[in-house]
Amino acid sequence: MDRRSFLAATAAGAAALGVPTVLRAQNREPIRVGFPLPLTGPFSALANDLQRGATLAVEEVNARGGVLGRRMEVLFRDDQLKPAVGAQRTKELIENEKVQFVVGGLAAHVQMAINEQTKKSRVLFVSVSQSDEISARPDTSPLTFHEALNPTITCRAVGSWVAQNLGTKWWIVYADYAWGKQCNAVLTDVLAKHGGTLLGATPYPLGNAEFVAHLPKIQAAKPDVLLSATPGADNIAFLKQVMSFGMKKQMRIAQPLQWMPVTKEGGPDLYAGVYAGINFYWEVEETIPSARRYVAAFRQRFGTPPLDYSSYGYSGILELARGVELAKSTDSDAVANALRAHPVYDHYKGKQWWRGCDNKSFQDLWIVRGREPDKVRGEWGLLDVVNRVPADERLDRSCAEKGLA
Amino acid sequence: MVDLSLATLVTQLFTGLVLGMIFVLLAVGLSLIFGLLTVVNFAHGSFYMLGAYFGFFLFGLTGNFWVSLAVAPLMVGSVGLLVERFLVRPLYGRSIDDPLLLTFGLSLVLIEAARLVWGKIGVTFDPPRELGQAVNLGFTLFPAYRLFVIGVTAAVLVALWLFLSRTDLGLIVRAGSRDPLMVQALGIDLGRIRLLVFGIGTLLAGLAGVLAGPMRGVYAEMGVTVVIEAFVVVVVGGMGSLAGAVLAGLMIGEVVGLTTLIAPKLSEIMVFIVMAVVLLVRPSGLLGEAGLLE
Repeated sequence: MDRRSFLAATAAGAAALGVPTVLRAQNREPIRVGFPLPLTGPFSALANDLQRGATLAVEEVNARGGVLGRRMEVLFRDDQLKPAVGAQRTKELIENEKVQFVVGGLAAHVQMAINEQTKKSRVLFVSVSQSDEISARPDTSPLTFHEALNPTITCRAVGSWVAQNLGTKWWIVYADYAWGKQCNAVLTDVLAKHGGTLLGATPYPLGNAEFVAHLPKIQAAKPDVLLSATPGADNIAFLKQVMSFGMKKQMRIAQPLQWMPVTKEGGPDLYAGVYAGINFYWEVEETIPSARRYVAAFRQRFGTPPLDYSSYGYSGILELARGVELAKSTDSDAVANALRAHPVYDHYKGKQWWRGCDNKSFQDLWIVRGREPDKVRGEWGLLDVVNRVPADERLDRSCAEKGLA
Repeated sequence: MVDLSLATLVTQLFTGLVLGMIFVLLAVGLSLIFGLLTVVNFAHGSFYMLGAYFGFFLFGLTGNFWVSLAVAPLMVGSVGLLVERFLVRPLYGRSIDDPLLLTFGLSLVLIEAARLVWGKIGVTFDPPRELGQAVNLGFTLFPAYRLFVIGVTAAVLVALWLFLSRTDLGLIVRAGSRDPLMVQALGIDLGRIRLLVFGIGTLLAGLAGVLAGPMRGVYAEMGVTVVIEAFVVVVVGGMGSLAGAVLAGLMIGEVVGLTTLIAPKLSEIMVFIVMAVVLLVRPSGLLGEAGLLE
């Protein structure tokens, strides 16, 4: 028996045995969601997290009977952290795989490329990583939703807290690309508003792990606070070198954004005492009911607590499902209108809401501080929560400033 | 506003030297391999990365940094021997592009292999306790470990120089890079010399990797930018010239150091400006011989 006839026979057998189920599945086509993300490349660890969160969300949706009685299906595709590949995968997802919606993207420039495609095809897109442009003219659209924080919100929130609590003589080190430059501009502005002194701001090329030429002059300038916007693996190299110069004892170190997988990689010796902003830290489950439920479900599914990016993926998928339920339709415009009409939600960390003019999600964030090595709780209990920064539309640019008035 | 006091200038010249020594360490292995084998080894950065991971692996096994430092480069050198014997050797005598493409492909394979074995998230290991502090040099505080790295690099360079100038084997290596045909005509088995040199070149990349681990962290892509820097140094110094690599490495280190002080945004581009200027004035590099690439 060759392969073809074997398959035919098996299919016939299966059909004979299971007609009712097969028919039901055919009548009720699943709702398909495309999910481009950088499964390979330097952000692949974060992408894995993002994928886990989205996977848990879709499993939960299907376990409670799907959406509008239909199963939900998420198609993950590798965008390799390249805008051109992200655009291509999105186009294929929409045209060949017939997805009704797109969630995903991790890195501002790839999000833009994905967004171009979803706009062209009039498909609703929920973006789940940081970007200022995605919710501003000319990139945004009535079908573009932004679930993540953005550089303006993150750097304003963390910058203000640092200026009020750690000191106002700063030095900023930032990666010389979109996110880093935006953050540097926002921090500089925040410091000026608090009447502080900027002793210096040093750009460095993203991905370059050598900081030795920068550090002596920073050390000589004696800032109260060294602010670092050094993403990914750069962050570990930066902190290692700062520590080797003995600077951790001479000044406070604060980072507008810190990533859990990177924090674990660097270890508590490196991160102890370092202040940072974060969109979610699992220990907030102690005080937030939705976080408690989410962390428990995630632990049961994957054996570890959820991290920063898992949470964006989780919330992005659940929010899309909520929109479809509200709209009672898979039409992108209907879902977008439904979300704007019922903007408040809480999937994992307390109340969030969509701002009507720019489809931006407003949400709490936290200021954390690295625990001393002897205080660490288990593998992921690396941080102390120092402060909660409540969601506030004033932390972002106004809709008029974004060209959306 | 730029503070240009004597103390900052001295400090910055010193950090330029430190940076330069790291460039040199990365470039000598590359230069050595090119000089004798005319192989443009694009996998150099991946051997550097392997060195760091092997160092981490051994550190986990023994808890002793010195074991890592001694054994990891040997492990990388052994991998290098296998690569020369089974992958590079069949390509001798063919166009210079063939080994270039091979090593480029190999670098991608090694990066993916490292991700499979050690995971997508990187790892870290620390410098030994006795080198974990910053030392007061009078004009600035400086990490003891960095000073140690300079010392090791200097020692390696002296040893390499002695090997090439004072031993019979070194003589053959030098002769082989000048005129391989003549050396073979004299009855010397150049195949074994090539194997040895590829092994030494990759060993040096591995050494640079172990040394870099405690400063920069260990991750699969750590060699990607490094290999570009190393190539610039080799090209500026003159392909195949060891003294050129040393001179160019130190020069570029100083250029980066001083640019960082005055205009940090330009420090990355300055490296390439230096390269362009040097190549305009001396197309074969500072100390390179003309015609090696034809």
